[in-house]
Amino acid sequence: MEKILGFPVAALAAALLATAWPAAATDSAVPAPAFSLESRAGGQVSLAELKGQVVMINFWASWCGPCRQEFPALDQIYARYKPMGFALVAINVESGRADAEKFLGATPVGFPILFDPDNAVSGKYGVSAMPTTILVDRQGRVRWQHRAYKPGDEAKYIEQIRAALREKA
Amino acid sequence: MQLIRAAAMLLLALPAAAPAAVLPDDRADLLYHYYDGGGVTIDGPSLLVRKKFAEKYAVNASYYVDMVSSASIDVITTASPYEEERTQYGVGFEYLRGKVAYAASFSNSNENDYNADTASLSISQDMFGDLTTVSLVFSRGWDDVTRRGDPVFEDDVDRRIYGVDISQIATKNLVLGLAFETITEEGFLNNPYRQARYVDPDAALGYSYQAEVYPRTRTGNALSLRGRWYLPYRAALQGDYRFYTDTWDIRGHTAELSYTHPLDDVWTFDVHYRFYTQDAAEFYSDLYPRQDFQNFLARDKELASMQSHTLGFGVAYEFRSPVMSFLNRSTLNLRYDRIRFDYDDFRDLRVTGVPPGTEPLYTFDADVVRFYFSGWF
Amino acid sequence: MSVVRIAAAALILAAATGCSRVEPWVKPYERENLADPIMAWDRDPVSSSYMRHVYDSREGARGANGGAGGGCGCN
Repeated sequence: MEKILGFPVAALAAALLATAWPAAATDSAVPAPAFSLESRAGGQVSLAELKGQVVMINFWASWCGPCRQEFPALDQIYARYKPMGFALVAINVESGRADAEKFLGATPVGFPILFDPDNAVSGKYGVSAMPTTILVDRQGRVRWQHRAYKPGDEAKYIEQIRAALREKA
Repeated sequence: MQLIRAAAMLLLALPAAAPAAVLPDDRADLLYHYYDGGGVTIDGPSLLVRKKFAEKYAVNASYYVDMVSSASIDVITTASPYEEERTQYGVGFEYLRGKVAYAASFSNSNENDYNADTASLSISQDMFGDLTTVSLVFSRGWDDVTRRGDPVFEDDVDRRIYGVDISQIATKNLVLGLAFETITEEGFLNNPYRQARYVDPDAALGYSYQAEVYPRTRTGNALSLRGRWYLPYRAALQGDYRFYTDTWDIRGHTAELSYTHPLDDVWTFDVHYRFYTQDAAEFYSDLYPRQDFQNFLARDKELASMQSHTLGFGVAYEFRSPVMSFLNRSTLNLRYDRIRFDYDDFRDLRVTGVPPGTEPLYTFDADVVRFYFSGWF
Repeated sequence: MSVVRIAAAALILAAATGCSRVEPWVKPYERENLADPIMAWDRDPVSSSYMRHVYDSREGARGANGGAGGGCGCN
């Protein structure tokens, strides 16, 4: 019986070492896809109106544990860098607002929450993990993507934000 | 005593539940279990605690006790009612790296005539866009068997289990599972208290007993398919099927249908029906024509041709504000199952005065209750 | 048994050569229903492991109970 599983197990071990999940990202200088979404605070928020600032877009859902975990860290980052021309928008991907409202009631944050219930924007941005955090520079180009969240990842976010803030519009 | 063997193996299933990508939330469960059926009453507590660290490591520990009061049909006809206690401890570790979760666990189960140690390892990976999760499990078990009232008898069982489990997300509302497991046991595989019976015209009852003789090896294979479907009004329906076959010629089919219905974010109701049918082991017989009729002799009803039907209900209540301050969510749960066991070739020997082999077929009902508190922190 | 071996090896090699190349037909942001706690295979592990024990000690069949996967697929 060992013979039957010995080879696949060894292959699996090799495969797993080779495909260790890279949580960090691809650099690119692609223009960030435009969007205009309804905001929780009322009205619409579009990416175009944020041009000139460094924008961090976070795709999240209340059913996603790491997304919920990330929010306090994002809130701190937002408060710290907002005066320097930094904007953070958290796009909720759920089909209804009830669960998100419940979560935000218990965990209030300062940054704007946008709703993408038909997932059009998630599709345009090719969101391939929950959560996904994207950094858009002052010229409106996607500069950095981070998939997933583990405690401590916010240090990487800060590093990228500071670099982007130093750039000219 | 067979309870221990089943429990020892059953613990091996735990690492297969190791997740990939996100470790399950910290939780503690305190359970009271109660079983009453066929003259046997078993109850006791069970405790499970799990905690994760840095979203990378997790530890879990469990404690379980069976307090047994047995006047089962086997006990009544061949021995005398007894009481005993079985205690089980378990500990497990998990390590998550990217999409791969590694788990190791160890447990010990002990009662006055049976000791079982079990160790297992599993590896689990998410792939194909996180739609597929593949797990491999390997377990080893070492059992020591003795017999109450017999200082000389001692034997052991060596067990190996290999399993593959594949979970596949099919649609936004449907997840499917396929599992295969092979179990090999070597050693003393019967219950030292059971006896086989044979026709004996000289005996008062018309039959006499002799010790069972089992093969020293047994290899079984199980294949299961399951699916869980999210219903649009927020409920879940699950179907399971398992096929089992082994080298003793036992063939078993298990089918289960279950329905979960939440209400108002506070109540969750479950109902399920399970059916099981089994063909007897090749060497099993309720009554042999004479003593030493064949190499292997068994009259353990667990190996008989039988069916079982279960109807079960469950209700869970979620507290609006968690019961203890360090918990962020807590529930109180009650589950009840009624199981009917029907045997096609195991007879009720409490009925005497009839020709051997014409006693009514045995059947019994069991009530099983689980009452537990769960807290997440 | 060689079928098992080939299948297992094929699955593992597929994983090695590129888990990310297959485009998932259920996107990570579409897993709302799958992430619902009622969709977990096993919501109450203590209770279900106890019931498995009740059956395994009274029936001849055992194993292949399953339990991994599904859920939110986060991270």
